[in-house]
Amino acid sequence: MIRVQLPAHLRRLAGIDGEVQVSCPGQATQRLVLDQLEASYPALRGTIRNQFTGRRRAYMRFFGCGQDLSHEPPDSPLPEAVAAGAEPYLIVGAMAGG
Amino acid sequence: MTGVRVLVGTSKGAFVLNSDGQRKLWDISGPYFGGWEVYHLKGSPADPSRLYASQSSSWSGQVIQRSDDGGQTWQAAGNKFGYDGEPGTHQWYDGTPHPWEFARVWHLEPSLNDPDTVYAGVEDAALFRSDDGGMTWHELPGLRDHQSGPSWQPGAGGMCLHTIIQDPSRADRMFAAISAAGAFRSDDSGATWRPINRGLRSEGIPDGDAEVGHCVHRIAMHPSRPDVLFMQKHWDVMRSDDAGESWREISGDLPTDFGFPVDVHAHEPDTVYVVPITSDSEHYVPEGKLRVYRSRTGGGEWEPLTRGLPQAHCYVNVLRDAMAVDSLDECGVYFGTTGGQVYGSADAGESWEPIVRDLPRVLSVEVQTLS
Repeated sequence: MIRVQLPAHLRRLAGIDGEVQVSCPGQATQRLVLDQLEASYPALRGTIRNQFTGRRRAYMRFFGCGQDLSHEPPDSPLPEAVAAGAEPYLIVGAMAGG
Repeated sequence: MTGVRVLVGTSKGAFVLNSDGQRKLWDISGPYFGGWEVYHLKGSPADPSRLYASQSSSWSGQVIQRSDDGGQTWQAAGNKFGYDGEPGTHQWYDGTPHPWEFARVWHLEPSLNDPDTVYAGVEDAALFRSDDGGMTWHELPGLRDHQSGPSWQPGAGGMCLHTIIQDPSRADRMFAAISAAGAFRSDDSGATWRPINRGLRSEGIPDGDAEVGHCVHRIAMHPSRPDVLFMQKHWDVMRSDDAGESWREISGDLPTDFGFPVDVHAHEPDTVYVVPITSDSEHYVPEGKLRVYRSRTGGGEWEPLTRGLPQAHCYVNVLRDAMAVDSLDECGVYFGTTGGQVYGSADAGESWEPIVRDLPRVLSVEVQTLS
């Protein structure tokens, strides 16, 4: 299981308390994690990535194992520790004021 | 027992203000959707328990919320707003072509008859409709596809469709207004649209009398007289007596005719309210005095309404969707400011009291009269 941590505003929107676990059969990628996450929590659709293009929203960032994965291709494998559930996959609202 | 429910959208969440028919004591709940911009929320005329809210943020985009219990609980509805077909371009601020891009929902207008049908006015300007309680949305493309569409340019706040009015006497007639394209009317349930801007004159565009390009800030109608429309334009307060076929200026003796909201008394179709703002570069009330102006003659002659409102050192604005009236016997008038105050008058504007003083910047105010 892959551990996913969401920013507070999206946890409130989706009614999530704490960390979420999603399963990715086969090779775990960011696209598959987000697909699973949105399937489990439909309120998150469109809030992390564009519903039409699938592209990450400009002010959302993806981190894992101390790396910024935001600019990685969505079908690239996740870091092994994230895929194994040893480290969380972090979805973060960019620090942009407000 | 009668009462009112005031729905307030702010830059950091929504608030619901409830009172009985006296409108003296208020129960204030919220923030709902804290931290998010709530451009607008509105109740269904057909089912007052059904509310819709537009929740958005720069980080996470657009969310539509729906309540079936008068705002006590909310559920996220559908938020997939896709333009019909190949959207093409409109003009950007510098006059270059710019792709039509969805930014947010500015205004939600529930159907007069069906709580599951609701219209959404969005930026970049387009009109959407949902027939399943906000779960799915489809564009009514006849508006954006008008031949003038590629020439539309955004106003300073973005190219927003901010006003949607349904004619209660003609189910197929609707009005919409866009900054800075102007006013439009459909006589076939939104399938096709035409500009209704004859008589408007705007100094900020090359042809001041152009068919489109006018920065209309707000339009209001009294349901008993749907051919009479009142408009707050960027500058100028206007009136039409023929459903928008022609307009004439009714700014009269206002201290300034720049402003954003305009609304009509619930029982007196010729009693109109505006809030004059200093200028297009000074978005605050003139002379530090917060004054609502009322005309009881359908425009032209205006009186300041000041009792209970700050008359010194006040520099707030009142945005286009931030004024509303209730329909109790003594008409109530409400407005919210960019300073976070929501004022109410239970006597048609003669006197005012702050319902709440320290909310975030108020983006919209709507009222439901409950029986």
